Amino acid sequence: MLRKLVAATALCLISATTVVSAAGYGEEREHTMEKIGGAMATLGKVAKGESAYDAEGVKGALTTINTSIGHFKTLFPAGSENDSKEASPAIWANKADFEAHADKLAADSAALLAQLPADQAGVGAAMGVLGKDCGACHQAYRLKK
Amino acid sequence: MAQRAVKVLAGLIGLGVVGAGAFLFITRPQPWPAEHWAQAGAGDAARGAIVFSMGGCVSCHAAPGAKDDAKLTLAGGLALKSPFGTFHVPNISPDEKAGIGGWTLAQFGDAMTRGVGPGGEHLYPSFPYGSYSRISVQDVADLFAYLKTLPKSDHVAPPHELGFPFNIRLAVGGWKFLYLNDKPRVDLANADDKVKRGQYIVEGPGHCGECHTPRDALGGFKTDQWLAGAPNPEGEGRIPNITPGGDIANWSEADIVTYLQTGFTPDYDSVGGSMVEVQQNMSKLPQADVEAIAAYLKAVPKR
Repeated sequence: MLRKLVAATALCLISATTVVSAAGYGEEREHTMEKIGGAMATLGKVAKGESAYDAEGVKGALTTINTSIGHFKTLFPAGSENDSKEASPAIWANKADFEAHADKLAADSAALLAQLPADQAGVGAAMGVLGKDCGACHQAYRLKK
Repeated sequence: MAQRAVKVLAGLIGLGVVGAGAFLFITRPQPWPAEHWAQAGAGDAARGAIVFSMGGCVSCHAAPGAKDDAKLTLAGGLALKSPFGTFHVPNISPDEKAGIGGWTLAQFGDAMTRGVGPGGEHLYPSFPYGSYSRISVQDVADLFAYLKTLPKSDHVAPPHELGFPFNIRLAVGGWKFLYLNDKPRVDLANADDKVKRGQYIVEGPGHCGECHTPRDALGGFKTDQWLAGAPNPEGEGRIPNITPGGDIANWSEADIVTYLQTGFTPDYDSVGGSMVEVQQNMSKLPQADVEAIAAYLKAVPKR
């Protein structure tokens, strides 16, 4: 009975991995970037005065950005070059530089978590810093659809 | 019989000479008369810095790979691949020998607004004087003053590598005859001052149409498709349609302003590719100018 269970579980896991590999990393990349976008939206609403400043919300958004970009970095292994139209071949040609861009966003969001922006203006300034990180990577590594 | 043939032949040759003469006359380089530039007031470099940001000069004229402040050394050298061949961007630093340090305002202005070089030659419209023709005399003078404050470079770019017949500079006169003018790109009835200012920026120094408007086989704009989007000149994909009927149809004027100032779209996607540098330039413009651009984009015909 136990052997059957182990065998069944193993089979499920293997199938799941195969399904992910078959689908490729494209969807996961987009999903992760959208998570970052959602966090930016939270910050953006505070910066624009559309929602009130709330320390927990700001902290949560910065944490999401920080963990998401770390995960994003792992979605470009060798062999996944054709998984999405927007990922430039330059990513694999300049892997270290691409990863450095991801690391910069991670470092900048971590620094902001360590010294949390305290008000609307602070959040606005934070978005300027993070937005520059987005732009720098997108300029070199994101293709138009 | 032979006499008639000779007369016909002579007549045809005569017509040919007249035709060629007419062609050369119509397509001759046409710099402005000297009085045009004499009316400029003293150039104001601070105002010129704004024109510089609108014009996006850095994107082509900075040395390839230069970053941050090094981008202000306009040494040239970038290779621009096109369907007509490869253009090599020149040095426009204030260096007296390799750059424009020895140029007069008239020479600079004729290059910017008429596509005529300092030796009276046609310049290729890969330099977007087709748009810059709309820049005012004073803005040209201010820009010239600003450029003279930038660092010098002695770099000399190689000549362009163009295939036949595009390597015949005289032929550019034909292109100018067809396409060069300083008229408004679109007719905007009841445009208020804000929209008019936006029209000046976008159609002139902003030269947004150079990427956002589709072109015909000779590289001229399909003007009835103004800002309606085009194939990406640098590779795959499309440059977006930025008319009210296109990719930003659901954006408010405030959304457009936010995007130009921060790079964030209304759903917090972030600007990419060649637009990043444009957005960085736009973020340096005065608030009123960015609002004017947005107002104009909401006023142009839907495509």
